[in-house]
Amino acid sequence: MTPLLLAPIAVPVLGAVIYASAGWRRATAGVSAASAALVLCAAVTIAVEVVRHGPRTALAGSVRVDALSAFMLVVIGAVALLATAATPGHLRTEIAAGRAGARTAARHCLLVQLFLAAMSLAVLAANLGVLWVAVEATTVVTAFLVGQRRTRSAVEAAWKYVVICSTGIALALLGTFLLNYAAQHAAPGAGLDWAELTAVAHGLDPDVTRIAVVLLIVGFGTKAGLAPLHAWLPDAHSQAPAPVSALMSGVLLSVAFYAILRVKVIADAALGTGFAQLLLVVIAVMSLVLAASLLLAQRDYKRMLAYSSIEHMGLLALGTAVGGRAAIAAVLLHVLGHGLAKGVLFLGAGRILQVTGTSRIDQVRGLAEREPVLAGCFGFGVLALIGLPPFSLFASELGIARAGFTAGLGWAVAAALVLVLVIAAALVTHTGRMVLGAAPEGPGAATAPRRAPAFATAVLVVGLVACAALGVTAGPLTPLLSLAADLVGTP
Amino acid sequence: MSHDLYVQLLDLACGLLLITSVLVLWRRELTVIIRVFALQGAALAALVAVLAVRDGSVELGVVAVGLLVLRAGVLPALLRRALAAAGEQRRDVRPLVNVASSLLAAAVLALLGHAISRPLVALAPSAATQAVPVGMTVVLIGFFVLVTRRRALSQLVGFLLMDNGITAVGFLTTSGAGPAVELGVSLDVLMVVLVLQILTTRMRDTFGDTDLDELRELRD
Repeated sequence: MTPLLLAPIAVPVLGAVIYASAGWRRATAGVSAASAALVLCAAVTIAVEVVRHGPRTALAGSVRVDALSAFMLVVIGAVALLATAATPGHLRTEIAAGRAGARTAARHCLLVQLFLAAMSLAVLAANLGVLWVAVEATTVVTAFLVGQRRTRSAVEAAWKYVVICSTGIALALLGTFLLNYAAQHAAPGAGLDWAELTAVAHGLDPDVTRIAVVLLIVGFGTKAGLAPLHAWLPDAHSQAPAPVSALMSGVLLSVAFYAILRVKVIADAALGTGFAQLLLVVIAVMSLVLAASLLLAQRDYKRMLAYSSIEHMGLLALGTAVGGRAAIAAVLLHVLGHGLAKGVLFLGAGRILQVTGTSRIDQVRGLAEREPVLAGCFGFGVLALIGLPPFSLFASELGIARAGFTAGLGWAVAAALVLVLVIAAALVTHTGRMVLGAAPEGPGAATAPRRAPAFATAVLVVGLVACAALGVTAGPLTPLLSLAADLVGTP
Repeated sequence: MSHDLYVQLLDLACGLLLITSVLVLWRRELTVIIRVFALQGAALAALVAVLAVRDGSVELGVVAVGLLVLRAGVLPALLRRALAAAGEQRRDVRPLVNVASSLLAAAVLALLGHAISRPLVALAPSAATQAVPVGMTVVLIGFFVLVTRRRALSQLVGFLLMDNGITAVGFLTTSGAGPAVELGVSLDVLMVVLVLQILTTRMRDTFGDTDLDELRELRD
């Protein structure tokens, strides 16, 4: 069992070693995707094991998978496969356009592999301290990916990203230390292990735990792109290369959010459900208001997608605040659906940027005429994002809303629904302008081969189909989802 | 070590921790700020060393030596290198808040630090936890430096002050969170500083300056 549990960390590290030694060439172009595929396979196998035989541990208990970690591993594997499969095409176009060299490409792939390993470590860690280290490590490895283009705006985005995320996550470290303090006084010898923390949670000193929970939720919320420390997100997402944006928005935010789910279990046991609920509802509504107000007049389509990520993280926070099995199952389904849809959209946006040479909404016109398949993928991706059926975000948003009304949080859900409608209208208007209409003359002319590479397009279609299939039936994921919802939903 | 001596040494280390944070607020010269920061690193290491002697713990002693090397040696050296790379920009000339108001803010933050720490002290009153408010104050002052300074490098110092404060709170409350976590945390902080140092250099290459006011391309 141990090798299987360590595979999601070891395989990407091995991939990174390959890129470090062999560099970027024809033979290594596929290593990235192969590694992601292996991570996904391992994740699925682990999930099957966990559903059949319950939680598993390795390395003397320092690595532990239960249904929640197994589900997060599946999300990491799925979105990573999507992003890495599109990477070679993206990098080749960048190299052909002279915006990158073989060295940049090799470093890109190496850092992405380390990024995957750090995210896997974060969800596999049995210990809150190790989880913290892994989440902070993702900041370090992605900093140079965000600043890859070395332009003024890329350097600015990278600086803000590292400073704001490190500061936020430093707050989470303080919260971690305080929780450790409370745990050691509740039961001498208890540490930061999730299982131990949950076991002693009822005896934690409420006053200290309250401070710790606020620091942990705000701290990991920073990395998850939740208000009030969300400011790094639109800059970083708009400046990072498309496959990296897809990974950051599709999984990195959710991995940070996974920490909040774990913290909520402890907070509910120590403080009752009211405290974390109030905190999360406030954060959720703030994030939604922010996303709605900044999306209305948005002029840059990559930033538009970034603000939409803040919106969806707000919805996750709302669902988590509602609590209970149904809401948590919907939240987890939303994590996967959002990962797939946002992954497709960022990859599509990267392609649009390569084709048109601009990231301004008003300079992209009549995409459907010039690039019908790409425009179709982007258009359907946005429809998935605003939660239209058959895509899975419809099912999960409905689930969150229904659970919210039942749990007596109707006012918050109603406010959220209004904001979601505003956001949907903004997204549809902006996208409609880009996709429909007549193609412009002059600037915005092609800077990349006109015909999109068939494989890259296929990746987008596969992502959308997966998202839609998930909306029709969660299928084999259902037992995993309900086991994971039990872990968080019932204190 | 007698109990009185232990308490006195502990208070001395914590006092140094606090005074150095206020000095960072007071001085504008970046070379001086870096020297003060190194002194604070030494004070933090001394604090852990005192705890190690009290507990007779070899492990904590090793951590103290590690902290001394990292926070009084390596990190200040990295900051100095970044400063040398930044060329002429040695003074934080136009902070958002002037010195007098900064010092006043420090006093308010100290009060706030004490208020936040009350439940922490109440949980297990001892000489070490009595000193937790100092650690909290250092965290808050670090945050204040981070948001009110305009030079990239002084922002970095603010982040590191925060981190020193958090480490102090961690050791004062629980004598650390286990060797694996301590090592991971230290490595992460070191990596963040390295990354930011490289970014400072890049910033100077692309902007010709490390004034954070130049960072205004990306805005909604």
